[in-house]
Amino acid sequence: MTKFIDLTLNGISTGAIYAAVALALVLIWRATRIVNFAQGGMLMLTTFIASAVINSTGSYVAGFLVALASGLLLGALVEVILIRRVEQAPPLNAVIVALGLLVLLQATAGMIWGNTPRSFPAAFSIRGYRVGGTRLLFAPNDTFILLAVIAVALSLAILFRATSLGLRMRAAAFQPEVARLLGVRVGRMFTLGWALAAVVGSLAGVLVAPSVFVGPNNFDPILIFGFTAAVLGGLDSPLGAVVGGLALGLVLSYVSGYEGSSMVTLAALAVLIVVLMGRPTGLFPAARERRV
Amino acid sequence: MSAAVARSTLLRSLLLTVLGGAGLWLLSVLFSSYNDLQLASGAFFFIVLAGLTVLIGVNGQISLGHGGLMAVGAYTVALLIGRQNWALVPALLAAAAAAAVIGIALGAAASRLRGPYLAGATLAFAVGLPGLADKFPGTFGGENGLTINPPTPPSVLGSSFPLERWEAWIAGAGALVAFFVLYNLLHSGTGRKLRAVRDDEIAASLCGMHVARTQTLTFVISAACAGLGGGMLAVVLQLAQPGAFPLQLSLSLLTAVVLGGLGSLAGAVWGAALLVLLPGWTNDAAHSFSLSQNVSANLQLAVYGVVLIGAMLVWPSGVQGGIRAIRGRIKPIERRAT
Repeated sequence: MTKFIDLTLNGISTGAIYAAVALALVLIWRATRIVNFAQGGMLMLTTFIASAVINSTGSYVAGFLVALASGLLLGALVEVILIRRVEQAPPLNAVIVALGLLVLLQATAGMIWGNTPRSFPAAFSIRGYRVGGTRLLFAPNDTFILLAVIAVALSLAILFRATSLGLRMRAAAFQPEVARLLGVRVGRMFTLGWALAAVVGSLAGVLVAPSVFVGPNNFDPILIFGFTAAVLGGLDSPLGAVVGGLALGLVLSYVSGYEGSSMVTLAALAVLIVVLMGRPTGLFPAARERRV
Repeated sequence: MSAAVARSTLLRSLLLTVLGGAGLWLLSVLFSSYNDLQLASGAFFFIVLAGLTVLIGVNGQISLGHGGLMAVGAYTVALLIGRQNWALVPALLAAAAAAAVIGIALGAAASRLRGPYLAGATLAFAVGLPGLADKFPGTFGGENGLTINPPTPPSVLGSSFPLERWEAWIAGAGALVAFFVLYNLLHSGTGRKLRAVRDDEIAASLCGMHVARTQTLTFVISAACAGLGGGMLAVVLQLAQPGAFPLQLSLSLLTAVVLGGLGSLAGAVWGAALLVLLPGWTNDAAHSFSLSQNVSANLQLAVYGVVLIGAMLVWPSGVQGGIRAIRGRIKPIERRAT
C-alpha cells in the first residue's frame, strides 16, 4: 500500500513535468498546426546551457533564469528562421524540418558537451517528507515542480483569456486572414507563440533534468511522454494537456513501479494507440472538425 | 523488343532486376572484402529505404518507427538461426513476416492517424522497443543482444571464397527481390491507388477505394521490407543488439529517403549510398581537420540534420528529382535529333 501511495505521489510530480511539455506542444499546435518534434531537442539544449551556467556560477537561480531566457530566444529564432518557410507547405514537410532540427540540436549539444550524460542539481531537497515515521516518495523538490507548473499553466490561462495580447494571439491562430485585416501582426504572434512554448519547454527540461540527467538523447522519452499527454488531452486544449500530463504521469509511474522502467515508453505507446483508436480527438476535443 | 519492354511493366522490371544483379555481381567481384561488406550494408539499407519511400513518398504516411521494425526482423533472424537452427532463407522470410505482423497493428492504428499523430506513435515505437531487450534478457540477451554464426558460402564456390562477398550476394539478392516486387507494385493498379489515397482521400473513397485498407496495406508492405532489411542486417553483422537500433537509426532512414527523393526507388539507392558512405566520410573529415572526439562523434548526426532541413527548404524532390529534372531538359533535344 505504501508502494502504491509512493507511486501515486511520484506520478503526480512527473506528470506535472509531462504536462509542461504537453503545454509547449499544444501552444505551438494551436498557433501553427505543427507538432514540434524538435521540442525535445530545444529543451535539451536550454537545459545544457543551464547546467553550464550552474557549473560556472554555482547559482541554481541563475541557471534556471538563463534556461528560460535562452528558451524564449531559441523558440523565436526557430520560428523566424525555419518554420515560417514551411508553414504553407504540406504538413509532412514541417514534421521533417522539425525532426531535422531535433537531430541537428542533438548533434550540436554532443559536439559542445560530449555524449556522456551529466548530473543536474535539484532546486530543493530530494529527501522525501516524513509522515508518521515513514519517508514518502515526495520531496520539497516535487512541491517546487508542482507549483512551478501550476504557476505556468495559470499565467498562460490569464494571458490567453484576460489580456489583449492573448486575444490577438488567439485571433492569429484561429483566423489568420481576418486577424491580419483587423491589424493583428500575425507573423509576430506566431513568433511569440513559439517563444512562449519554448519557455514552457525549457522549464520542463530544467525540472526533469535531475532525474533523467543531461545528455543529448536523454530527453527523447520526455518528448514522447509530452506528445502522448498532449494527444490524450486533444492536442488543442491547454487544460487537456495538463490533465493528460497528470494522467499519463500516474499511469507510467504505476507501470514503472510494478513492471519495470524499461516498459515505460512502450506503455506510453499503448496509451497513445488506445486513446487514438477509441477517442481520436482526445479527452478534451475541440469543437471544430478536421479540415480536409 | 524495345517496344515490348516499354509496354510491359513485368518485362521492364525483369530487365532492370537482371541488369541490377549483373552490376551487383561485377561490383562484388571487383571489390575488396571491406567494400563487399559496405555493398552488403548498402543492399540491406536499400530494402528498408525502398519500403519506407513507398510509404512516405507514394502513400503519404510518415513512419519514424522503421528502425524498430528493423530490430523486429533482426531479432527474429537471430532467434530462428541462432536458437532454432533454421535455414537462412526461411528465417529471412520469417523476419519479413514478423515485422509485417507488427506492421498490421501499427498500420491499423496508422490508417486512423493523421500525419503528426502517426509520426508521434511510430516515434514512441522506435524509442520504446529496445526496452523489451532489457525486460526479457533471457530471450533477447539484454544489452549485449544475440550473436549468430556467419553464413557459410556453398562449397561449390571453392574454399577460399570470401565471406564478405557471399554476404553481399545474399543481401544483394534480397535487394533485387524487394526492387522487383515494389517496382511491379508501383506500376500496377494498386500503385495508382496508393497515390490516389495520398493525393486526395475523399476523392479516392468516392471512387470506391477503401482508404484505410490501402493505408494499412502500404504500412504492412513497408514494414515487411524493414523486417527483411533488419534480418539481412543481423546476417551481415552476425549480431542483433538493442544499441544498433536507436532513435537516430529511424531518423537517419528518414534522412536517406528525403535526400534520395521521396517516392522514388532509384532515390532509395542514393539514400542507401549515403547511409553506407557517410560514416567513412565524416571519419576522414574528422582526421584531416583533426577534430576533437566530441565533434567527430556527432558530425554524422549533424549532416543528417542539415540534410533534412536543407532538403525540405531548398530541394524537396531530392537527388532523384534533380536527375529527373535534368533528364527532362535533355530529352526533347534527343528526340529532335532522331
